Amino acid sequence: MSSGGDAKLFARGKVAELRQELNSGGKKDKNYSAKKIALKKIVANMTMSNNDMVALFPDVIDCMNLPSLEIKKMCFLFLVNYSRMKPEVALKALPILVDDMADNNPLVRALALRTISYVHVREFVEATFQPLKRLMQDNDPYVRKTAAFCVAKLYEHDKKTVENSDLIDRLNKMLKDENPTVVSSVLASLVDIWGRSESISLTIDYVSASKLVSILPDCSEWGQSYILEALMSYVPQDTAEALLLAERVAPRLSHSNSAVVLTSCRVILYLMNYIAEEKHITSLCRKLSPPLVTLLSKPPEVQYLALRNAILILQKRPEVLRNDIRVFFCNYNDPIYVKVTKLELMFMLTTKENISVVLAELREYATEIDVHFVRKAVRAIGKLAIKIESAAKQCIDTLLELVDAKIPYIVQEATVVIRNIFRKYPNQYEGIISHVIRNIDDLDEPEAKAAIIWIIGQYADRIENSDGLLQDYLATFHDETIEVQLALLTATVKFFIQRPTKGQQIVPQVLKWCTEETDDPDLRDRGYMYWRLLSTDPATAKQVVMGQKPPITAESEKLDPHTLEELCLNVGTLATVYLKPIHQVFRAARPRRLQPSPALQRPRIEDGTGIMLEYNPPSANMASASTSNSGLATITTTGNPISPVNAPPPPSFLGPTQTGSFAPGTNTSADAVNAADSYFNNIGSQQMASLDLGGRDDGAGGGGAPQSQFVVTQNQQQVYQPQFAGGAATGELLLL
Amino acid sequence: MLSGILIFNQKGENLIFRAFRSDCRPRLADIFRIQVISNPQVRSPILTLGSTTFSHVKHENIYLVAVTKSNANAALVFEFLYRLIMLGKSYFGKFDEEAVKNNFVLIYELLDEILDFGYPQNTETDTLKMYITTEGVKSAIANSPTDSSRITQQATGAQSWRRSDIKYRKNEAFVDVIEDVNLLMSATGTVLRADVNGQIVMRAYLTGTPECKFGLNDRLLLDNSDASGGNGMRGGGTSGASKTTRAAAGSVTLEDCQFHQCVKLGRFDADRIISFVPPDGEFELMRYRATENVNLPFKVHPIVREIGTTKVEYSIAIKANYGSKLFASNVIVRIPTPLNTAKTTERASQGRAKYEPEHNNIVWKIPRFSGQSEYVLNAEATLTSMTHQKAWSRPPINLSFSILMFTSSGLLVRYLKVFEKNNYSSVKWVRYMTRAGSYEIRF
Repeated sequence: MSSGGDAKLFARGKVAELRQELNSGGKKDKNYSAKKIALKKIVANMTMSNNDMVALFPDVIDCMNLPSLEIKKMCFLFLVNYSRMKPEVALKALPILVDDMADNNPLVRALALRTISYVHVREFVEATFQPLKRLMQDNDPYVRKTAAFCVAKLYEHDKKTVENSDLIDRLNKMLKDENPTVVSSVLASLVDIWGRSESISLTIDYVSASKLVSILPDCSEWGQSYILEALMSYVPQDTAEALLLAERVAPRLSHSNSAVVLTSCRVILYLMNYIAEEKHITSLCRKLSPPLVTLLSKPPEVQYLALRNAILILQKRPEVLRNDIRVFFCNYNDPIYVKVTKLELMFMLTTKENISVVLAELREYATEIDVHFVRKAVRAIGKLAIKIESAAKQCIDTLLELVDAKIPYIVQEATVVIRNIFRKYPNQYEGIISHVIRNIDDLDEPEAKAAIIWIIGQYADRIENSDGLLQDYLATFHDETIEVQLALLTATVKFFIQRPTKGQQIVPQVLKWCTEETDDPDLRDRGYMYWRLLSTDPATAKQVVMGQKPPITAESEKLDPHTLEELCLNVGTLATVYLKPIHQVFRAARPRRLQPSPALQRPRIEDGTGIMLEYNPPSANMASASTSNSGLATITTTGNPISPVNAPPPPSFLGPTQTGSFAPGTNTSADAVNAADSYFNNIGSQQMASLDLGGRDDGAGGGGAPQSQFVVTQNQQQVYQPQFAGGAATGELLLL
Repeated sequence: MLSGILIFNQKGENLIFRAFRSDCRPRLADIFRIQVISNPQVRSPILTLGSTTFSHVKHENIYLVAVTKSNANAALVFEFLYRLIMLGKSYFGKFDEEAVKNNFVLIYELLDEILDFGYPQNTETDTLKMYITTEGVKSAIANSPTDSSRITQQATGAQSWRRSDIKYRKNEAFVDVIEDVNLLMSATGTVLRADVNGQIVMRAYLTGTPECKFGLNDRLLLDNSDASGGNGMRGGGTSGASKTTRAAAGSVTLEDCQFHQCVKLGRFDADRIISFVPPDGEFELMRYRATENVNLPFKVHPIVREIGTTKVEYSIAIKANYGSKLFASNVIVRIPTPLNTAKTTERASQGRAKYEPEHNNIVWKIPRFSGQSEYVLNAEATLTSMTHQKAWSRPPINLSFSILMFTSSGLLVRYLKVFEKNNYSSVKWVRYMTRAGSYEIRF
């Protein structure tokens, strides 16, 4: 294909002119150079989505049979692009493609097959079936591997017809091909088909899996990835088999392609579920660690992926990353998404032993320019205080140092985390209250304000001018956000309980605002609750309001076991960047679950819905493998959509917030009063206690959750917005 | 897998749009333009909107974007994008907007070849150049069926990276050991992190199908050759006595290695032998990482004093830690200055220092830095007064340099043997170089 200065052709053109150009030249133009130039211009316009070009369809088809591969390829590209807009014109190209599929040049046969199967027009799809069956047995491996992918392409166009044909069976038979590239292509195609159909199951038995591993070294890096992906469909029936396979896959961890490395990690982690002996697990884990760290010398996008997966793997197999934490220290020039993820890992890997180094490092980050990153660093310091009790003092000192620099966003972050530290360690660090209060005027973010208000309320009796501070905030009560208003309400009540004389002027006013002048149901409910509580029995009220708080932890961000298991079966995929249940991000993805087998080491996680995976006995797997008699792996189609591999729907994730607060179903205030009345009449004081104390004032948004553990999350304000899921939000979906 | 590949320039013009699946609609180009290119808030290379994910890489002045649906293998996506850049570079010398515009038809042809249904196919430059060329001449050759079969065999073969008919009059192999040394030093002078990312690049100009064996002074490799005559004993079981001999022999410990796909990984895993049939010409044979006994080529002593709010005084001393016969070239020291610096004065005992206001730093260049010597820069930055005084974040001092015939890890090539059925003799050359990776000193 001719080169270089085509830039001048990259310009918008008019149909009439291009048509004239395309048909110019005539017989003198031996090398068709005029036509080539015209076609290039057309291709450029196609890229610019200049849809007028579709009018040139007949002219382009006329060029298709010229004896120049270069021209042919451009015409084919045009065809693939515009066939759906003008199917009736496109049909004229069909005979040419069918002819080419019988060409004696393998490159031409493959090109035609590849092209025809891109065309999403019924006649083209139908015309592909017969030649495809022939080409699947072509004597040229290049044509055969193209044919293998072609089956998956046809499946995308027309599931039904493919399922009713014998194509999938034929594809299965191709697994016996002597050429490794063909085999890996067949597997990629099978896995692709598996991914888009509920009625198809993919089963690989040990003998097949073992054969696949043995051809790995003869495949291209991409082929290796496809084979490794397919190995996820092998369910070990015996723990020795799982171990042997894992050890044979392990050398792939030294491959220079990160897709091969991460997919190998996935396979090994998967097989570990079926390995019994602890010492083998340990030795395999040891092999996983260095390659993961080595990926940190790859381009930043790959680093990011490796780090996100490290977060995941660390939760599943903490022994994997026993490295020196320092490999995760941030470089000044790391992109922000890498830095933030490193920060998360550092937090997870911090222990009593290395906390001093980590704190020094975090303190350094807190002076950097990127506000978002600085905030996370400050939060991390506060969270470490909660995670590692013996280091709390050290963390607090670091925080106070940072606060003294008086950079507003640092002060705000620090205030929030110090509030959490007070919650975690009551009656230990209250000496620093005055230090914190000093910066009260710098706080302008709701979360920070709510935090300082909580501190004022909680320690109303120790803070000298607590009434003044509270009054200052109450003066702007109506302008504050709900979060701050809720904090103010609770703080006022606490203040009243601790300082009844001063408080009795404020409390009625605030309760009145909250119950009569607000539209927010939560605020109103809480207002009524306090009102009733205070008017019924002040002694109980004191017990309830100032009672002991359930402990909080910093280990919140652990994924629930179900999600963790699912994500570990998807190491290296996009979902591991989000670290969310896969269905929340990718609704269409076919779920993967650990398949039961006699060798499976862990008891299955019950998800509460009572649906269990149907046990697929090994004999059945073997049977399906042998009935279709197709060698390595099998993919079977069943007519009915109910399939044994259907996994249960993901459990619903009810956070403490949702379980705790009762949902207000009504809008008018009278109804609300009634509803509140009946609610409170029916509820025991015990439950009320938990309702109040766990309320929003702990910053965790936890209300009376069944368990008494509360968790310091830092993303309470950072609501997951699907439309920004990949952008700014990615770093914030989890952890810091 | 991939639904489409898109390339944009910085303005957001779509230069290449190739769909591989019917779910990759043209309007996705507009969505990427709006959500990523014209959105300054973007902080991630991955963006998922609904069921569509855009994964992008920026190279020179272009965006390379992969569109995927559902939960794709992200590692594969990025590896592919980087491979595309490599291919572009090897085809056009440089892969930027100009190159894309000048070769857009060829790029479409390449994409059609290296991706099928969005699955990466053979991406070996050597093979691809057999039938997809910038000259258009060779395309004609590919028209004959016999030549085509040779190409197809090559593209699907076990050694897709090497043609079988390579001939050289003089058989030569060049090995470059290139190390990037990373340092992070705290303000108190303690080494927070020091490690080496090494790569071994080989240029092989060898006839036929040569089988190469490659040896390093890696501890595990040595362990093996010491311990046995190749009876497959595994490295790792070490005794105290052999440890001392090893230290004397100057072996290094490699934390981890990754190899070009031509290296037989099974062989390496079993008996630690690096054995391979090399591609023709230049390729990266392996990458490694070392963290023990890292030899830091430069020691930096910065003294930086902020005098009130009007002045910062610098005294930066740098000492070369390597042998006096060696020298580093192009040593560049970047010393950050506060954002409100008005003017600076510099005095260097060697090289030249200059203030670069656009980067907020003083750049001190020393073209040639001999081993064991020590140079000092004294500088002063005068600050303008600011109404809103914010503490200076003091970013780290950064060094870049390159030193020939020196490896920070201590790695040495022990041998490179070439076996070929013609039994020709070959000449091998080894070069060592250490560069600064991220060499940062806080102050």
